[in-house]
Amino acid sequence: MFASFVLALRSAGLPASVTEYLTLMGAMKAGVADYSIDDFYYLCRATLVKDERHLDRFDRVFGEVFKGLEPPEGIAIQNLPEEWLKKVAEKFLTPEEMDKIEKLGGLEALMKRLQELMAEQKGRHQGGSKWIGTGGTSPFGAYGANPEGVRIGQQEGRNRRAIKVWDRREFKDLDDSVELGTRNIKLALRRLRRFARQGAPTELDIPETIRTTANNAGYLDLKMVPERHNTVKVLLFLDIGGSMDEHVRICEELFSAARGEFKHLEYFYFHNCIYERVWKTNRRRNDNLTPTEEVMRKYGPDYKAIFVGDASMSPYEISHPGGSVEHWNDESGAVWMHRLTSHFRRSAWLNPRPKNAWDHAMSISMLRKVLENRMFPLTLGGIDEMAKELNR
Amino acid sequence: MSGFKSTERYIASRDLEVAVNAAVALERPLLVKGEPGTGKTVLAHEIAEALGHPLIEWHVKSTTKAQQGLYEYDAVSRLRDGQLGDERVRDISNYIVRGKLWDAFVSGVQTVVLIDEIDKADIEFPNDLLLELDRMRFFVYETRETVVAKHRPIVIITSNNEKELPDAFLRRCFFHYIRFPDRETMEAIVQTHYPDIRQDLAREALTVFFKIREVPGLKKKPATSELLDWLKLLMIEDLPVEALRSKDPHVVIPPLHGALLKNEQDVHLFERLAFLSRRG
Repeated sequence: MFASFVLALRSAGLPASVTEYLTLMGAMKAGVADYSIDDFYYLCRATLVKDERHLDRFDRVFGEVFKGLEPPEGIAIQNLPEEWLKKVAEKFLTPEEMDKIEKLGGLEALMKRLQELMAEQKGRHQGGSKWIGTGGTSPFGAYGANPEGVRIGQQEGRNRRAIKVWDRREFKDLDDSVELGTRNIKLALRRLRRFARQGAPTELDIPETIRTTANNAGYLDLKMVPERHNTVKVLLFLDIGGSMDEHVRICEELFSAARGEFKHLEYFYFHNCIYERVWKTNRRRNDNLTPTEEVMRKYGPDYKAIFVGDASMSPYEISHPGGSVEHWNDESGAVWMHRLTSHFRRSAWLNPRPKNAWDHAMSISMLRKVLENRMFPLTLGGIDEMAKELNR
Repeated sequence: MSGFKSTERYIASRDLEVAVNAAVALERPLLVKGEPGTGKTVLAHEIAEALGHPLIEWHVKSTTKAQQGLYEYDAVSRLRDGQLGDERVRDISNYIVRGKLWDAFVSGVQTVVLIDEIDKADIEFPNDLLLELDRMRFFVYETRETVVAKHRPIVIITSNNEKELPDAFLRRCFFHYIRFPDRETMEAIVQTHYPDIRQDLAREALTVFFKIREVPGLKKKPATSELLDWLKLLMIEDLPVEALRSKDPHVVIPPLHGALLKNEQDVHLFERLAFLSRRG
């Protein structure tokens, strides 16, 4: 009977399968849920969700599918006393927001409109800009973007029963594909690892030992090999300044993760696009420049080059000589990028701007073309994809 | 049905109880995730205690292999015995060293097995245990015998999310994410651990604790275990409540903060914020 629920979960992107469905059935049969809707919800969650990032999505689907199943003891939203709403509004709104409300006719007017809407509206609502519901921009409802909105069903409430467990959506913060932290980035970068044996022999080489022991007429002859180490070499080019300022934090995290993860890591800074010189210290960038040619001479093609930048600039900065905003460049950025990408055969670009914004900037498309599409968003998923690409 | 419930020493939320009972009823592993310090490992101890089963702990490290949980064949000592002409050498089973899961499988009563921090091990580790945890049996190649669980053990697996676990593995588990307790729950937890703590001290300490957790940009937010350590220190030192409530500009950092903030950047950050708020 819950097949449609599992299907709804699957269409919401949760990887629930027949195995889990059968497990749920088994648990129901064993009486784990005990005829309580809350327990049933907990049981479904423990059975069908396997990753805390999916918990919020699960809550939403559960709310959709089992709408109306909950016992009537919860306070119907239409019966919310006006006092209570006012208190909520006062509790959650900052003075500035209260000011805004005053501009809109004051709290009184807002409350009146809310009551009107309540009378008009029946049922649950999601999205949109007028009705009371969730995720919309209407001033009424929960999880909305309207600063003068009244949140309904979002706060913990005096009376816990007023909000159903799954409607509390406590795992909202976890449902985030860009939940980046140094540790997570390190794990993503780990995919780039390449192992090789180097250094002092400290491990027992069993096949070799067996062979030499056999040759030695059965008397033990131990053979050792060096331990395996990560030997991947990474060259990091970081865009700095200008439009990159808003991405400083995430770039810092990436940088510190990369520093911890790779033994052979070199990094250089550039601005907007790479030309004939890069630098290592930002404070003394004018007298401490490294020619890009030297970088290519010094670091062989075995280095993997990763460019980090938002690639958002005037197209001329890429296509034309002299296009740089900082100095006169004899050769265009595109020429230098071609040189670098053909020298470092394993190269990729990480872009902190969201992927769906890429098509709106001409410079991003241009650089993507130069990199033969090896541009990835600076999210965990993006780093993962990049690592796969670089390891091909 | 009777089953696992909050105990005097361990406060389990209702959803955790349901998850544990489901895992016990269906004899499937329970995977527990959550912030460090929210009581993932302690949970296994409490389940064992509540159900009256012996607990077998298997702490996983980065070098742990799945095979080590089943058994290991000590080839080197057999080789040595062979060269010395020891009689034991003729029977290979003398050199099979039992692992934790073997112990759990052959135990006369049902056991609780804790596989702690499974994400520390190699990425293939969970996959190598699929069949063993599903069927609760494995084959010993050296002696050609099959070890079958007499009683399917209750398996609790904890993870700190350092590695993604394979889907096939997840399918076979129940999953529970331990949420960070809210203030109410936290008060209950403090009560169960230190029933004779001074109420005013506990209240002030909790306020300070939740305030610290709200500081943006902390590298490691203090969790339940840190709070409990800190409270213990406060109780030992027998500090007056005023020390926590102090508006004295010279005391910006809560006393004995070492138990709460675990790296120097966090302490610096906190000092800076406290300094700013004092000026403003």
